[in-house]
Amino acid sequence: MGEAIVITSGKGGVGKTTTSANIGTALALQGKRVCLVDTDIGLRNLDVVMGLENRIIYDLVDVVKGRCKMQQALVKDKRFDDLLYLLPAAQTSDKNAVDPEEMKILIDDLKQDFDYIIIDCPAGIEQGYRNAVSGATKAIVVTTPEATAVRDADRIIGLLEQEDHIERPRLVINRIRPQLMKNRDTMDIDDITRHLDLELLGIVADDDQVIRATNQGEPIAMDPNNIASIAYRNIARRILGESVPLQQLQEENTGVFTKIKNFFKVK
Amino acid sequence: MNKRQNVTMKGTKDGITLHLDDACSYEELKKELNHKLIESSKSQEDKLISVLVHTGNRYLTSSQEEEIKELIRQKKNLVVESVLSNVLTKDEAEKQKQANEIVSITKIVRSGQVIEVPGDLLLIGDVNPGGTVRAGGNIFIMGELKGIAHAGYYGNQEAVISASIMKPTQLRICDSITRAPDEKQDENSREMECAYMNEEQQIIIDRLQVLVHVRPNISNLQGGF
Repeated sequence: MGEAIVITSGKGGVGKTTTSANIGTALALQGKRVCLVDTDIGLRNLDVVMGLENRIIYDLVDVVKGRCKMQQALVKDKRFDDLLYLLPAAQTSDKNAVDPEEMKILIDDLKQDFDYIIIDCPAGIEQGYRNAVSGATKAIVVTTPEATAVRDADRIIGLLEQEDHIERPRLVINRIRPQLMKNRDTMDIDDITRHLDLELLGIVADDDQVIRATNQGEPIAMDPNNIASIAYRNIARRILGESVPLQQLQEENTGVFTKIKNFFKVK
Repeated sequence: MNKRQNVTMKGTKDGITLHLDDACSYEELKKELNHKLIESSKSQEDKLISVLVHTGNRYLTSSQEEEIKELIRQKKNLVVESVLSNVLTKDEAEKQKQANEIVSITKIVRSGQVIEVPGDLLLIGDVNPGGTVRAGGNIFIMGELKGIAHAGYYGNQEAVISASIMKPTQLRICDSITRAPDEKQDENSREMECAYMNEEQQIIIDRLQVLVHVRPNISNLQGGF
């Protein structure tokens, strides 16, 4: 019996889809059978991030409405041997095409076959959100260090607390810019964690490579050396129950010039 | 047999007190009250007299109470000051209890959430920006107040708001509103503060300790210490 985790944030553009894709990929790299479910019906893009757009034949709405079997709609990721699948959202319907009960049945069905079901939630708190959380038993709230994102995360956490079937959510702080944080231009990690009163699951630095990878349809978590990739892999390990220390995000200024500068500063 | 009086009248220096018997029937009571009033109003002069009605252990519905008041008011120089009774309905008792009771909640009030209590509120936790707490009475927050707090929601000007850390977006007491200053303040100076309404209907924020002087009746400890 698998575990269904919803990835949500309230606000759009904080990196829910990127986080879903990369946590899913990182879990598959750990040898788990993972199904990514895109619930953003009408505005799907998890398939684009995963580079699987051209393989979609059926979608989530087709499965729910009985127009195809689950196996026909699941898109297999060839890079992983039978470990990573995507259930894409429909692009032609809208959020009301599915209701929370239907969604719950669908997720329960997937739980039989997979170790982890990662549900990518749409932005907002309407029908799409309700669909996404209905089948989940765990939740990950994604935020960035911006006040707007933190405010919306707070709202969504309040709503998640009302769902009895969901455990206390865990927090991922995404797109951190260490320099801004150091200058106190954004809230720091402690501020955010204390403000939202959640367990911190991971921090991910803002990295250009992530955008490049997204555009190429290859999740950054595939790259073993990238800083954001390591962050996602750490998150996956924490989901599996390992205890992994938080990444150090300080910019490394180890050039000779800075070393000399620091040397003179010290005295 | 000498019939027992159902209505007794007593003059005090503040006016008249009417004691209505609680064992007879309501109709009987009304009739006798009417008699008594006609009898006595003849002897009175033209000055307004306030009347205190005491109904003992009889429960009067609000329409009955209105009827009795009307009956007394018809006599031109009588004014009903108030109607007292020894009994309350369960609903009224419940309401009174709620309005005087302090409800404690341990929770973080998050953006979009509203907590409302009829009496005093003791919140053990924070109020995040976008969250609201409302109380008919006082609000005490053991935690950080970053959202909106509204004390004296049903019109109590005496209500106060206190917080371990006072950084509200808005404070409301009764129908007055104050908001956080637009310029950022220094971070650490907002600990252990309270807000109350002064005589000019303005909300004042001050050290928690001033409550002893401005709202001494918040403490309800019986006896001394």
